[in-house]
Order: sequence, then structure tokens, then C-alpha cells
Amino acid sequence: MKSMFQIIVMATLTAMAGLASAGPEGIVVGDPWSRASIGTSRPGVAYMTIRNTGDSAMTLTGLRTEVAAMPQVHRTATDDSGVSSMAPAGDIEIAPAGTVALEPGSLHAMLMKLNRPLIEAESYSLILIFGDGSEVAVTVPVLGVGARGPEE
Amino acid sequence: MRRLTILAAAVVGAVAFTLVLGWWQVDGPGADTARGARPLALSNMDFALTDHEGNDVGPQSLLGQPSLVFFGFTYCPDVCPTTLADISGWLDELGADAGRLNTVFITVDPERDTVAAMAEYVGYFHEAIRGWAGPLLEIERAVAGFRASFEKVPTSDGYTINHTASVFLFDAEGRFVTTIDYHEPREFAVPKIRRAMGADGEGAT
Repeated sequence: MKSMFQIIVMATLTAMAGLASAGPEGIVVGDPWSRASIGTSRPGVAYMTIRNTGDSAMTLTGLRTEVAAMPQVHRTATDDSGVSSMAPAGDIEIAPAGTVALEPGSLHAMLMKLNRPLIEAESYSLILIFGDGSEVAVTVPVLGVGARGPEE
Repeated sequence: MRRLTILAAAVVGAVAFTLVLGWWQVDGPGADTARGARPLALSNMDFALTDHEGNDVGPQSLLGQPSLVFFGFTYCPDVCPTTLADISGWLDELGADAGRLNTVFITVDPERDTVAAMAEYVGYFHEAIRGWAGPLLEIERAVAGFRASFEKVPTSDGYTINHTASVFLFDAEGRFVTTIDYHEPREFAVPKIRRAMGADGEGAT
């Protein structure tokens, strides 16, 4: 019985935390976009700029979205001999007044294990999770498979 | 007089030595085989692949027209679609001249990139882009000829492939001209392609 009570309390607290996390003050997301996917077997990708207008550093620790079971920030690096590699980027600190760009060929939100295809002209919600427990929901428009960015 | 002759011979010898040394290191047997090495001429490469329409293709199929070639794989979410989108933009800029350029995307992922997968994928980009696929051994031979590299790396999602992301340019005779590297300013790309194409399509150096 006690465990049931604990579960209810935890669920309630979690729900409250979810409600309270409508967005930490100071995080401003710009130019989000995603490429359409070809089916669901290939990973999707999302790009945006994340600006911290607050007074304290913020750490992006994770992502959550209904469209993919395993969203994760990855970093592409290209070495002196022109070889590109990609690896999980880990936690990303955004200094006060700092901006982190998720952009082609660099940091990007990699959407592994897509639950559904990303279809051009549609959009989906991607939640940025920060180290202080706060979250920011971003509406990401889906551009074409061959898109180069939101301006084009 | 004799002293002058010796001096002249020494100078000529030194110049010749420098030239030979340069050739040895850049194009000759002393050329670096790994980092920064120069790709072979297409006419000296040997590999057999299949294009996205099912035709047998190889380096010899590219001779007669200048060529733009790069490596990638269709499960690559970031660099490959970005490169393909960039190349599509360059081909748009070339306009009708794009038809005088072989533009080839060679997969480094033979397990997942079948001919059918390549056909679907390249269909999303500029129509001039050809997708080449084939068995691992032939892809390894192609990559070796370009002095490129690729490496399969496990991930939590399956695997990814680290690979040379540079775009290679060859003239109509198949001689290597230059590369367009992933991080160089994009406005350099079209002039480089035009250089490989030559003013009237004759080979550039």
C-alpha cells in the first residue's frame, strides 16, 4: 500500500514538475528545422540555435520527443584529412549570454529509432531537457530531405 | 673556367635533385599513402560497382567527362544530406553545364545501401547525381584509389560510418584536380568545379 502511495505521490510530483517546466527563463530557441525522413529506419535530424539570455549557465542534458525513441545530441567532427565522424556530444553547457548552434556538420539533434516518418511541411514537438530539471518545448518544422536550412 | 663549370653542374644538380624529390613526395612512390595523399587518376583505379539504375559502372565509365565524386551513406543524418544538398545547389548554379559533369555518390555502407536504397535516396536530390553501390570489397578498392578512408563504428542505434567527406574533382581525362573540403567556404566550390571542367571541357590541371 505504501509503495502505491509513493507511486501516486511521485507521479503527482512528476506531473507538477512537468507543468512547472513550461520553460526556464532565459532560454530562447531560434530557427528550428528538421529534414524529412525516408521512412523510419534511418535516423532523423533537427537543427536550431539555443540562446541563454539568463544570468546563469544552463546545461542541455537531454532530449525527448514523441517522434523518436532515442533522441540525442550528437557532434560531427571533420579532421585534417577530411574524415567525418559522429559521436554523442554529452552535456552541453550554454554560458550566460551564450548561444549554442545545432547546425549541419556540427552539433545536431539526432533522432534515432523514429516512431514515425518525419513528413515535409509537418511539424513535431522536441523537448530540450536542462540540468536544473527545466524543459523547453520546441516546435520543429519539417523541411525537405534535401533542405539546406530554414531560409531556403 | 673549370671552377665555373663545376659550380654550374652543382647548381643544375641541386635543382634536379629538388625537382625529383618533389615529384617523389607528391606523385611518385614516396607519396604519402594515408593523410593528405593524392588520389590516383581515374584511369589507374580499378573497381566495379552498380549505379542506382542497375548499370555496371567503374572508374572507366567516368572518363571523357569531368567528374565530381564523394563518399557517404544514406543512413548518415547530418554530413551526407548536407553535402548532397550543397552539391545539388552547385549543380543548379552550373545550369545546363551540369550535364557535362559526372556527379557520383559512392556508398560506404554496402550492408544497408542496396541499389534500390540508393535509387530512392538520390531521387530526393539533383537529378544529375548518380548513386553507386556494390560489395564491400569493391567499395574498399574504390576508397583505396581515392586515398580516402572509412570505418564502421558501433552506436547505441546500430552503427555509423566515419568516412572521408571531401568532394573529389577530376578532369575529363580522369586526372585528379582538387577536392572541395567539408569545412571550406561554399562559394569556392563552383569555381573549383568549373576549373575541373576546363573552359571548354578540355582537361584542367
